[in-house]
Amino acid sequence: MTTVEDATTLVQVPEKRIRILERPRATTGPWSWVTTVDHKKIAIMYGTLALCFFIVGGIEALFIRLQLAQPNGTILSAARYNEFFTMHGTTMVFLLGMPIAAAFGNYLMPLMIGARDVAFPRLNMLGFWVFAFGGLFLYSSFALGGAPDGGWFGYAPLTSTPLAAGYLPGRGADFWCVGLIMLGIGSVATAVNFLVTILNMRAPGMTLMRMPVFVWMILVIAFLTLFAMPPVTAALIMVFMDRNFHTNFFNAAAGGDPLMYQNLFWIFGHPEVYILILPGMGIVSEILPVFSRKPLFGYSIVVFSGIAIGFLGWGVWAHHMFASGLGPVAVSAFGLSTMLIAIPTGVKIFNWLATVWGGAVRLRTPMLFALGFIAQFTIGGLSGVMHSIVPSDTQQTDTYFVVAHFHYVLFGGLVFAVFGGFYYWWPKFFGRMLNEKMGKLNFWLMVIGFNLTFFPMHFLGFEGQPRRTYTYPSGMGWDTLNLLATIGAFIIATSVLVFIVNVIYTARRGERASSDPWDARTLEWSTSSPPPEYNFAVVPVVTSLDDFWHRKYTEDDEGHLVKLPAGGADEAETLPVSFDPHSIHMPSPSYWPLIFAMCLPILGYGFVFKNWWLLGAGVVVGFFGLQGWAIEPSAEPEHSGTEAH
Amino acid sequence: MSQAVVTAGPSEVDALPVGPHAHDTNTGVSNPKLAIWLFISSEALFFGAFISTYFLYRGRDAQYLKGPTPDKLLNIPFTSVTSFVLLMSSLTMVLALAAIQRGDHRRFRIWLLATALFGATFIGGQVFEFTEFYREGLHLSTNMFGTTFFVLTGLHGAHVTMGIIWLLLLWSRSMQGRLPTEKSEAVEIAGLYWHFVDVVWIFIFTAVYLIPTH
Repeated sequence: MTTVEDATTLVQVPEKRIRILERPRATTGPWSWVTTVDHKKIAIMYGTLALCFFIVGGIEALFIRLQLAQPNGTILSAARYNEFFTMHGTTMVFLLGMPIAAAFGNYLMPLMIGARDVAFPRLNMLGFWVFAFGGLFLYSSFALGGAPDGGWFGYAPLTSTPLAAGYLPGRGADFWCVGLIMLGIGSVATAVNFLVTILNMRAPGMTLMRMPVFVWMILVIAFLTLFAMPPVTAALIMVFMDRNFHTNFFNAAAGGDPLMYQNLFWIFGHPEVYILILPGMGIVSEILPVFSRKPLFGYSIVVFSGIAIGFLGWGVWAHHMFASGLGPVAVSAFGLSTMLIAIPTGVKIFNWLATVWGGAVRLRTPMLFALGFIAQFTIGGLSGVMHSIVPSDTQQTDTYFVVAHFHYVLFGGLVFAVFGGFYYWWPKFFGRMLNEKMGKLNFWLMVIGFNLTFFPMHFLGFEGQPRRTYTYPSGMGWDTLNLLATIGAFIIATSVLVFIVNVIYTARRGERASSDPWDARTLEWSTSSPPPEYNFAVVPVVTSLDDFWHRKYTEDDEGHLVKLPAGGADEAETLPVSFDPHSIHMPSPSYWPLIFAMCLPILGYGFVFKNWWLLGAGVVVGFFGLQGWAIEPSAEPEHSGTEAH
Repeated sequence: MSQAVVTAGPSEVDALPVGPHAHDTNTGVSNPKLAIWLFISSEALFFGAFISTYFLYRGRDAQYLKGPTPDKLLNIPFTSVTSFVLLMSSLTMVLALAAIQRGDHRRFRIWLLATALFGATFIGGQVFEFTEFYREGLHLSTNMFGTTFFVLTGLHGAHVTMGIIWLLLLWSRSMQGRLPTEKSEAVEIAGLYWHFVDVVWIFIFTAVYLIPTH
């Protein structure tokens, strides 16, 4: 870990010294993106790649739905079907859910706390490239001996029996283990970076309880990531060792315990669920107040509920294992803790409703998605509480009821929040508004398609249709509902297509966005759209929650909003006349994190194919990258001399 | 070590109430140090997972046990000595940090090398132990003890090895004159990692060697 010793070096430049040279940074062109350490550019790369994986995972889902549209489907073979549902789940969790949180977190968190970048810009860059290489590594398995096919949770001993004699003879499970370990490394690096940034780099006056809820949620998920990744990494190492080196971790014939895998996996897996959903809750908590023109109802309660969810999330993992015979005591305890976690979640829902209640509601696209989130997430939350009733859960285990439940929280919840976030922050990200008409079309198609796809699955589950089964005979009474679900899936695909058209259309013709097009409340709207590289010419001083709002508005005696004369003016107007953006010294682009990240797929292929040459090459590349990283200063020195090391 | 908090550049802006001094952070702990503590907390769970697995599997394989048993294999006096050497390396690490903090770069390099050497001695002992066990018939696949012992202690050994490489990199930077006293925090951070790895060994040593099986 030589990496952590190099802090962001944003050096204060003596004002006497006039900068002559431009920073060594191409501001345009692909190379400026490849070597960038700017949190905003990294965020855009995270978002773009995560959306690409969203589309790939979505296409896998469409194939699954086509296969199941009718009984005895023949579109996919059983083996291909296994690969597709495994990769669909793995993609949506690790290549969409987590990186999209990193995308929003990266772009918005520093802006929202009034920082100029994250604490470790190059570590940030590393996180992105590890994600990119990890995702491509996983998908390269399709061409290199079979994709992962053991489900996104890869239960042992299905995955762990030795390669030659195993249940899963291809290389898929090896790719899956190594790929997930790799992605975990990137996630932990990003989590550390986010934590240090939030804990250490807030603008003056930005106390923890003045931070936007979104930043709070990023803080919570960074802690969850930090502590959830190690157990699953351990479990994946054990599976890999069992498969390739004949250890006995999950080999019951030698005293190993397959349940151990389930424990280790779900100790990660359940916090992971909150890692996925809490950013969505954060996004919604930002959108609702702005489009209701009211402060968030019970800010501190919402924050503490998020923290409570973070803590309780560690105590519910075994509810994924009720069917495995844990015994009545353990099962009751985990059933109770599962009921308990519904309380802070319910508190949040009521706070959101109270925020909207009595507000001057503007039903723009972001607001629609946020409201859609609340409705659908509540349905998913309620079916989740149903799972805490153990006998009922045992009945529902491995049926489509479970599929319906988690798609209601993760698609109806997270994906809706993410799209709401796109429509809300797009003007900030790119300086152009997304088209409102297409946005509404996008929303309504998605609502209809989503509910048409997943609501019938509740009934399919009750009627006993099993998950992860590539076909079903006719005459089970499942035909109509399955066909409806397939039609719904294609409506969802159409809605995503509308979004893409919207993005392309508005890139050319979109209405230009002002710095604060929604009349919003948080600091990111106080700087230009898109923000300059250094975010804020003058680091803001924060005096209250929703500080930016209070700079724009005050209340008269009757509680009506009164606009302040100078409020919300573009920062360009309030700048000191002699402000020179070059005087703000930002970290310089770098190759080293990219080079270091490259060692991971090389090592990965080395492990999967047990190729010593590749392993050696990976070590050399990694060492080269780390060494260069350690020696290179984070920011190019302004002047030769003391700062140079 | 330069600090990460940003203040505005031009003097006109400086005159405004723009923020903390260049060496302040909100917590008062520097960014790199906070980062290494967070990383260590994550690592603690990584080892926690393997140590718990070790405990849960201890003695469970009695009815399946093939090959040599731990009580026949473990050479407690030998490993006690190498463990003592590893723990002493924490002392030399502290001495190295103290030396660089007071600007004594020659002694700093000596203590740093001593730390790396003690670490390497420990790793040497581990390599010897692994080959011994292997020769006596304990493989990864032999029984549950082989599985859990090699993987747990092997991963710890890998961490010590990373630490040694880290110390040697610091040493070479110091030799090139690129590690001035102001940057002693880089040493402190490497030290935190090193002490953590030592502490983990105390747990592993207790779990594997001191608590009797069967």
